[in-house]
Amino acid sequence: MDWFLANWPRVIDLAGSHLYLSGVPLVVGLVLSVPLGWAAVRWRASYPAIITSSGLLYTIPSLALFIVMPLILGTRILDPFNVLAAMTVYTLALLVRTVADGLSAVPDHVEQAATAMGYGGLRRLFGVQLPLAVPVIASGLRVASVSNVSIVSVASLIGVSQLGDLLIDGYQRVIYGELLTGILACVVLALALDRLIVLGARLLTPWQTAGGGAA
Amino acid sequence: MIRFDGVTKQFPDGTTAVDDLSLTAPTGKITVLVGPSGCGKTTSLRMVNRMIEPTRGGISLDGQDTGRMDAAELRRGIGYVIQHAGLFPHRTVLDNIGTVPRLLGWDKKKVKDRSRELLEVVGLDPKLGNRYPTQLSGGQQQRVGVARALAADPPVMLMDEPFSAVDPIVRDQLQDEFLRLQDELGKTIVFVTHDIDEAIKLGDQVAVLRVGGTLAQVAEPQYLLAHPADDFVADFVGKDRGYRALQFEHAPRLTLHSEPSVVVGETPSSRASWLLVVDDDRTPLGWVEPARVGDRPVASEDLHRGGTVARASGSLRGALDAALSSPARRGVLVDNDGVLVGTVRAHEVLTAIEETERPERDEDDPVHGGAMDVSGERG
Ligand SMILES: Nc1ncnc2c1ncn2[C@@H]1O[C@H](COP(=O)(O)OP(=O)(O)O)[C@@H](O)[C@H]1O
Ligand SMILES: [Mg+2]
Repeated sequence: MDWFLANWPRVIDLAGSHLYLSGVPLVVGLVLSVPLGWAAVRWRASYPAIITSSGLLYTIPSLALFIVMPLILGTRILDPFNVLAAMTVYTLALLVRTVADGLSAVPDHVEQAATAMGYGGLRRLFGVQLPLAVPVIASGLRVASVSNVSIVSVASLIGVSQLGDLLIDGYQRVIYGELLTGILACVVLALALDRLIVLGARLLTPWQTAGGGAA
Repeated sequence: MIRFDGVTKQFPDGTTAVDDLSLTAPTGKITVLVGPSGCGKTTSLRMVNRMIEPTRGGISLDGQDTGRMDAAELRRGIGYVIQHAGLFPHRTVLDNIGTVPRLLGWDKKKVKDRSRELLEVVGLDPKLGNRYPTQLSGGQQQRVGVARALAADPPVMLMDEPFSAVDPIVRDQLQDEFLRLQDELGKTIVFVTHDIDEAIKLGDQVAVLRVGGTLAQVAEPQYLLAHPADDFVADFVGKDRGYRALQFEHAPRLTLHSEPSVVVGETPSSRASWLLVVDDDRTPLGWVEPARVGDRPVASEDLHRGGTVARASGSLRGALDAALSSPARRGVLVDNDGVLVGTVRAHEVLTAIEETERPERDEDDPVHGGAMDVSGERG
């Protein structure tokens, strides 16, 4: 506590970077995983290929991915963009399957009704399928947000600052207060993101919370 | 008019769902496809709006080959109702109803007005408009399904077992309202059911399919009941088809007897064994035994309510049932406003039945002989 009180401006600063480095990829990853997940459902033959290959991305060790990114992107080693790109890859790895699952979970009779009404292509995706997939996608997004908050701390090892700095510094110099602050700040950040996603999902699915059963 | 011309559907796994189906659904009439589960009813229906493409043969709408139309456009011009309504769970009732008008690009206000209007047309409380489908009963959802199909006022409606998921009482009510609505709207309807009673009640024309997707017989209901083309159809329409056919025979030949009656709340003066009780508007309420009531006014607890009441302008089936169910053995008949007109005895109904003519059998074409032609007349 003493350590936090003495250093809180720096902690807030690092938490901001942490949020930026884990949150932006969450959004970008979500946007990118929609077309991929949709394609996997739309063309069933492509499902195994898309789902397996995107899932495999998650097994790449994060440090390796951070280091390889500059080679792929042609960026400088210390560029935070490397971290953003790598985190987007992890988000994508988790969300493509979720989006595909969410889209396939739309009840058959609803899909058929949509077809019969003359819904096609994008209007069908945005008007019927995605809104109904929100609960499933939101649950995947919650997993991805926790995963991002945790993985991104490794970026300290390649010199991109965020809360991970406190963990490494606290560990190396045996400052328990710093170590503890780093851990707690990560947990608080993860919880806050989680609440935000839950809230967003609730706002997008008023039909799920509409009170009262059948009249 | 919808015309199936030698339509066959074979699925990639080799199942022949529909086999060489030729059929005309006349404009403004209800054509019912009926048959056991798996006989290709749904497949036939979905080939009309091209949710399924035929393997062979073609379907035309008012003479235009549907195969050449844009599928999405074709569908927006055809109302479609399915079992469990298939409502969009994430949209309010009003937004569900407005689906097709929105897809057609109507402006927002017009969509909203039309959706409200339809809520009323299908007999739903305007308050339900802002609810979500899960907040409605099965019967209400089904009504919303019908309203949604009607929204853009399509000339053609396809209905796939729309009433089979609700309980029998609600189903009966929905069927009656559906017929009343169709009387006003005069849509060209293809209606699918596995329930022969529903088929006979609703169909202007009934097509019986058998497993394998072949047409066993298509005819007006009374013809179907009188002249089943083969054993399969005879079995399917059921053992009591003779009795059921009576529902198409109207009862003008019946001579009615005037019936003494007592208004509820008054003391019976007659000493007959059974006396009919009516309300102030002369609507029959039930029978009483004056001997049991004695010298006090008739109360509603005294009423025997076992007897059914039939419309004098209704079917012979209704009149016969009224006579058979009456404790006095006299069947109560009322006019269209429910006012007592008289009674009739079972043997008199039977005499009338014996005098009715059965539809004449077409010896040349047992399968299509009783079908309607394009204009909706007997072919
Ligand atoms: N997509 C499909 N692939 C293979 N067989 C199908 C498919 N859809 C329906 N069938 C088969 O076609 C037959 C007719 O099905 P359907 O039209 O749904 O019958 P019904 O509506 O009369 O119960 C059934 O044997 C069914 O199993
Ligand atoms: Mg079916």
